[in-house]
Amino acid sequence: MSDTLHIDWTKCDGRGLCTELLPALLARDDWGYPVSRRSRSGNRTDVPIGADSLDAAADAVRLCPRLALSLVGERTSRRA
Amino acid sequence: MTPPDTSLAETLRPQAPAGTFRLFAAGDYAGLQEHLSVFGALDTGSIGPDFIGVLEASGLTGRGGAAFASWRKMAATAESGSAGILPSRPVVIANGAEGEPLSFKDRTLLANSPHLVLDGLLAANRAVAGSQMYLYAAPDSLAGVAGAIAERPDARRIRLVPAPETFVAGEASAVVNAIATGTALPLDKRRRLSEAGLKGRPTLVLNVETLAHIGLIARYGAAWFRSTGSPADPGTRLLTVSGPGPVQVQEVPGNAALGTILHDAGIDARALSAVLVGGYHGRWVRPLDYRISPSGPDGQAVRPGAGVILALPADQCGLAATARILNYLAGESAKQCGPCMFGLPAMAGVLHRIASGEPNPQLPRELDRLSKLVSGRGACHHPDGTVQLVHSALEIFADDVKAHLSGRCMREDGRTA
Repeated sequence: MSDTLHIDWTKCDGRGLCTELLPALLARDDWGYPVSRRSRSGNRTDVPIGADSLDAAADAVRLCPRLALSLVGERTSRRA
Repeated sequence: MTPPDTSLAETLRPQAPAGTFRLFAAGDYAGLQEHLSVFGALDTGSIGPDFIGVLEASGLTGRGGAAFASWRKMAATAESGSAGILPSRPVVIANGAEGEPLSFKDRTLLANSPHLVLDGLLAANRAVAGSQMYLYAAPDSLAGVAGAIAERPDARRIRLVPAPETFVAGEASAVVNAIATGTALPLDKRRRLSEAGLKGRPTLVLNVETLAHIGLIARYGAAWFRSTGSPADPGTRLLTVSGPGPVQVQEVPGNAALGTILHDAGIDARALSAVLVGGYHGRWVRPLDYRISPSGPDGQAVRPGAGVILALPADQCGLAATARILNYLAGESAKQCGPCMFGLPAMAGVLHRIASGEPNPQLPRELDRLSKLVSGRGACHHPDGTVQLVHSALEIFADDVKAHLSGRCMREDGRTA
């Protein structure tokens, strides 16, 4: 079971809350937008989330001021 | 999916065009009469889901840029359209938006062979049991299409939607957005359009050239389609060739040799610095012994993308040319996604510094860092396509980069000191 954290770039404004909640998974780029530290075949829009980060990811989804994040289960996630 | 018995469809009709002259066989600005006399009538009413198997056998890939297998897209849409307790019938959209500044093939096709595109749209709609059809293209193209629709009763349900002349207006989700809201900006895609597109319906977006091929395959079958091109890249494709001399639209076989294409366009390959293949999201190549094909080994095949070929004369600087293109691409960012909105202008700025001869050895590394930073991070592939172009420029024009970093340009038109 592997979930992904989907970033809606059209909503993300680089507030940075998610990068504080998930420092092991997300860094910030030159302009403050989240950057996945890992990628699946070049896709850095759907960030793979390990079981140990699931709670923090759920918090990030809930607290993102731009409502730019969503958790996607493996079976429903889109292809890279 | 197992291909159904296609023996009936495989029967060659007397009027099946031979060779690679297919899409414009009915002549310039072909009306319904010329269209029917050259290609014969097509009974779209007899087309059903079986046709998806014929398309699979044909090996047709999308001619809009991504070169995805057309039958797969269609099968996914048809499947979503029949799934669930309350199935939602699909929408089929003919995409004629041609935002690539160097591409003219789609508007040329719509002007000269509108009936072939309409045939393909009707056939695709039948194959996926669609309920709504749209044709989306620049206003200039729509006038001719409206005239073609007025000539035939079976196409009256097709709705025409004007496309703005922006680079991203033809991206599939921007097409859906434009039809739904009038705003041609790409959408975030948590779900595929084949699952939930226009008004939540399964949506099939196909390039108009792809549809014109479908209009022919529906008549003459998969084996006829495969009678030109290569096994991995069957059929023909349209290319827009520009360089020294007038812009030309060519219909070439799949897996065509770049050298032949240039020769046929009257371009002397020996007088070229490099060739841009695929459009502004494409790749620079040199030398010119490449094949134009969506598949094939790197170094031998280069993807056709939007079907654009730009020949750069030997006296022009590839870095300066790429910097101008990058400037344009940065300006064409939809400015919805931060990494693209900020990253592309930053990349353009660094490339301009290289192109103008700033002797700073850090610049290529910085361009590479920015490229890595923006790729894979956007609602559409605008950043990724831009990165591909930049990477190929740094590779193909590596000697020019070295010269520029030492303050000189190898080309006559270079602007370095």
